[in-house]
Amino acid sequence: MDHLFEQRSAIWDAFLTTLSLAGISGLLALVLGTVLAGMRVSPFLPLRVIATGYTEFLRNTPLTIVFFFYVFVTPSMGFSFSYKVAAVIALTCYTAAFVAEAVRSGINSVAPGQAEAARSLGMSFGQNLGLVVLPQAFRTAIPPLISVFIALVKNTSVAGAFSVLELFALSKRLTNAYSADVITILIGIALCYLVICIPLGRVAAALERKAVFGR
Amino acid sequence: MSSGPVLYDVAGPEEKRRERLISWVLGVVVLLGAGALIWRLAANGVFDDRWRILIEAPPNFAGYEVQHIWMAVFRGLGSTLLAAVISLPLALLLAVALVSLRTSPFAVVRGAVAVAVEVFRALPVVLVMLFGVLVLPGASPLMAVVFGLVIYNGAVFAEILRAGIAALPKGQTEAAQSLGMGSFLTYRDIQLPQAVRMMLPSLIAQGVVLVKDSSLGYIVGYAELLRQVSRVTDALTNAAYLLPLLAVGAAVYISLNIALSRLAVWVQRRSARTRRTVVAAPLAPIVED
Repeated sequence: MDHLFEQRSAIWDAFLTTLSLAGISGLLALVLGTVLAGMRVSPFLPLRVIATGYTEFLRNTPLTIVFFFYVFVTPSMGFSFSYKVAAVIALTCYTAAFVAEAVRSGINSVAPGQAEAARSLGMSFGQNLGLVVLPQAFRTAIPPLISVFIALVKNTSVAGAFSVLELFALSKRLTNAYSADVITILIGIALCYLVICIPLGRVAAALERKAVFGR
Repeated sequence: MSSGPVLYDVAGPEEKRRERLISWVLGVVVLLGAGALIWRLAANGVFDDRWRILIEAPPNFAGYEVQHIWMAVFRGLGSTLLAAVISLPLALLLAVALVSLRTSPFAVVRGAVAVAVEVFRALPVVLVMLFGVLVLPGASPLMAVVFGLVIYNGAVFAEILRAGIAALPKGQTEAAQSLGMGSFLTYRDIQLPQAVRMMLPSLIAQGVVLVKDSSLGYIVGYAELLRQVSRVTDALTNAAYLLPLLAVGAAVYISLNIALSRLAVWVQRRSARTRRTVVAAPLAPIVED
């Protein structure tokens, strides 16, 4: 218990690293995922093929393999990134596939009459998607997007195994240093994750209930 | 949801020509992009003789045969899948037990189950695995991996089943109770079978997540695919071999996951066709990765 208190500044730093990893990759993945979802519903076959292939592939690839690729394999291919950048790239690539699925299911849930009405006003595909369908799609997509973000927060722990000092890496370091206090240290680190994930889950559930009644 | 495209009109002849033109242009742009990437990679030597390792071991390592390399990769793949195969039934069992405790007459038990499910779902799997490594007495790495997978996925499976039971028509429970069935019997004979059937696609999708997560064993020192691949390249003292070996292992692993995902979609389609009772499935599938 004392050690946990002693190390509070290290834990706080690691907590912030976890948050910033999740925040940065989350934002990038949101952009990339939305673009992918748009490509998937577009009238142009090459874009649909790329977006479908990307989502299908990344959704079925273990995150550890994605990390392993960006951290250990790319240097032998003539690219190399710092550990933190590699972590952000890996998390973004992986999460974008899930974001794309969430946004696509949101797009599917928009009443077809909306898009039909937009079309009958002569809107192009881009206007239709950007001005009419996506704004409504995001409303239904927010609870699943929050779930994706919760998963992202938990997934940042994989970065800890690839030389980024965030909460999981710190837990490994601290349990090595103070082997008598393993359980309290792990519970302390677990609490840090719970503090982020449980409130987010509550918000998602509440929004989902609201969306169901709002229909 | 209509089946055709909603966001754009089914094109007339002129629009079709324009669409085809744009598609071709985009296709060419994509191919050029891919070509540039391949050219760049080739310039970096990605397609050099490192791929020969899949056919023959490098000559300067006496006694190291190509079958050793393949065996290492497939042993790693086998260990990864072994962890998943052991964990899957255990996690399902844990979920069924957790959900059955929700029918307990004691509020304390119900509350404890709810809290446990919430907490385990909110923890990273690797952290639970690390807990298994450090705290379980005499745990082998395999046991720690299974422990992490079972605790986490058991909680998620429990949540899926709970959502399935909650989505059942109330009449099912009421009819069971009017027949004099207690809450546990109602759960076992009426609610659980229907919930499993309804949530089967979500359960399979979460099964894919479990298989994917089994690769996290790398982090807690379990001798799985990635560990074996890096061991082989360490033994051959050349990091260039990581790429071909990882490509082989990952290709098998990912194809398996894609096949399982397809199975989930197929089951969903089939159950949507043959569903006899009118049951509203929950809005969003609960699948967490």
